[in-house]
Amino acid sequence: MSWFNQTFSSTLGKKLIMSATGLFLILFLIGHVAGNLQIFFAEADNGRLFNEYALFMTTNPAVKVLSYLTYISILGHVFYSIALTQRNKKARPVGYSVENASANSAWTSRNMGVLGTFVLIFLVIHLKSFWYEMHWGGIPVQNYDGQEVKDLYVIVKAAFSQLWYVGLYVFCMILLAFHLSHGFQSAFQTLGLNHKKYTPLIKKVGMAFAIIVPLLFALMPIYVYIQSLG
Amino acid sequence: MSDELFFQFIAKKLITIKKMNLTLKVWRQKNVNDKGGFQTYQVSDISEDMSFLEMFDVLNEDLARKGEDPIHFDHDCREGICGMCSMYINGRPHGPKQKITTCQLHMRSFKDGDTITVEPWRAGAFPVIKDLVVDRSAFDRIIQAGGYVNVNTGGTPDANEIPIPKTVADEAMDAATCIGCGACVAACKNASAMLFVAAKVSQLALLPQGQVERKTRAENMVAQMDAEGFGACTNTGACSAECPKGISLTTIARLNREYFSAKASSENV
Ligand code: HEM
Ligand code: SF4
Ligand code: FES
Repeated sequence: MSWFNQTFSSTLGKKLIMSATGLFLILFLIGHVAGNLQIFFAEADNGRLFNEYALFMTTNPAVKVLSYLTYISILGHVFYSIALTQRNKKARPVGYSVENASANSAWTSRNMGVLGTFVLIFLVIHLKSFWYEMHWGGIPVQNYDGQEVKDLYVIVKAAFSQLWYVGLYVFCMILLAFHLSHGFQSAFQTLGLNHKKYTPLIKKVGMAFAIIVPLLFALMPIYVYIQSLG
Repeated sequence: MSDELFFQFIAKKLITIKKMNLTLKVWRQKNVNDKGGFQTYQVSDISEDMSFLEMFDVLNEDLARKGEDPIHFDHDCREGICGMCSMYINGRPHGPKQKITTCQLHMRSFKDGDTITVEPWRAGAFPVIKDLVVDRSAFDRIIQAGGYVNVNTGGTPDANEIPIPKTVADEAMDAATCIGCGACVAACKNASAMLFVAAKVSQLALLPQGQVERKTRAENMVAQMDAEGFGACTNTGACSAECPKGISLTTIARLNREYFSAKASSENV
């Protein structure tokens, strides 16, 4: 096996991929949440700015490159998480009858696979609702100064006027928060970045990130739902 | 202390020693191929000053008297330095206290009437040989894979010939306190040996004497760790929390650095 294949088929190398893809997805979340903040102001112009932003995100070449990197990161992250989880299960064929794991580790850190699986289910539903509809669905069109623009805002409003759908979003964002509360700092540890000067800061920033970003995401459907009532 | 005072002291001590009655659920397994299962035992008149292993000695003497097969368990030094006394007690390696081995655990950590469950380390790479005894030779093979360390021959060098900063020497020494007990593997949900390997790689990588084989050592020890079937590291921190020597998670970060930089820059293609 070449040194390169050796590296990435080792457990450490597979974790390196988990870490790199996880960190890229964290960057993606920053961009995604920042852009979508427009939802909170979209009603004022009946979603025009939001729709133009959505058009930009699906057509701009630079964004295209980033979006392909995001798809690859998700697929890589999921693929290697399955490979690692299977190996880790196999490493203990006979389990303990009494376990007191909460005495030595955090629940979130022991349940990354379960948490990630829910995030994956969420991603599939989320992509079907908006990404698929935007690309291939029959979306109503708005005419802004002679330009035909798909009216994604109408789709968003329709989706988020259903209570169960809003509930699902909020639930999944809580699980994402748990995933990130361990994952953020863990990714740095995997890269070998643990230093008494920086690690306490990384842990604090990670915890803040894990709370703020999913919270903002969760507020969006709640806001649109409340709007749909009045 | 006068003889009389001493006598009074001992007498008082004898009166106040608490005796405990306990129920033990212990894993019994005849050999590697046996399926094994739990057996329940009652032990009585256990002094709270006994170590956990001494309590097992009492039970075993009782079993021997009855002509039953005593419970097999690993032990050697009984003072926390050999790492043999592998017991998973009430869901934790080495029992409820931190930074000690089973032989350093005293019965005063339990209450009269308690039921205590004792299991062997569980890992595919540590097969159960008999009862609570597991085969930890996977660790030996990882050490062997690390290979030799080049040293200068010739006259005895001066003690302080090679300058090493105190902080670095301390870190290397901290890593070197690993006794190879395997509690890290036992505690980890993935049965990962990262903390052990990290300690062994660190103790040499930090010191000038360990530089010649530094990269090859990291590469080979990790390759052997994977070949033995240990799991990957999820950074849960269970290993470090249960390590009797308190080996820190920073050693695992160092192993990641050592391994990745060795893979990227060593001459081994
Ligand atoms: C936006 C989405 C996601 C983000 C930002 C994210 C982020 C992260 C980060 C930063 C880590 C830590 C990596 C490390 O320890 O080095 C991680 C670990 C993990 N992720 Fe994700 N993740 C996401 C989605 C998913 C999905 C969809 C799955 C699907 C199954 C998943 C499964 C896992 C697992 C199992 C681990 C732990 C791997 C291990 O250490 O054993 N994640 N994630
Ligand atoms: S790192 Fe700690 S728990 Fe693991 S083998 Fe060494 S001393 Fe035991
Ligand atoms: S018997 Fe040696 S460490 Fe416990």
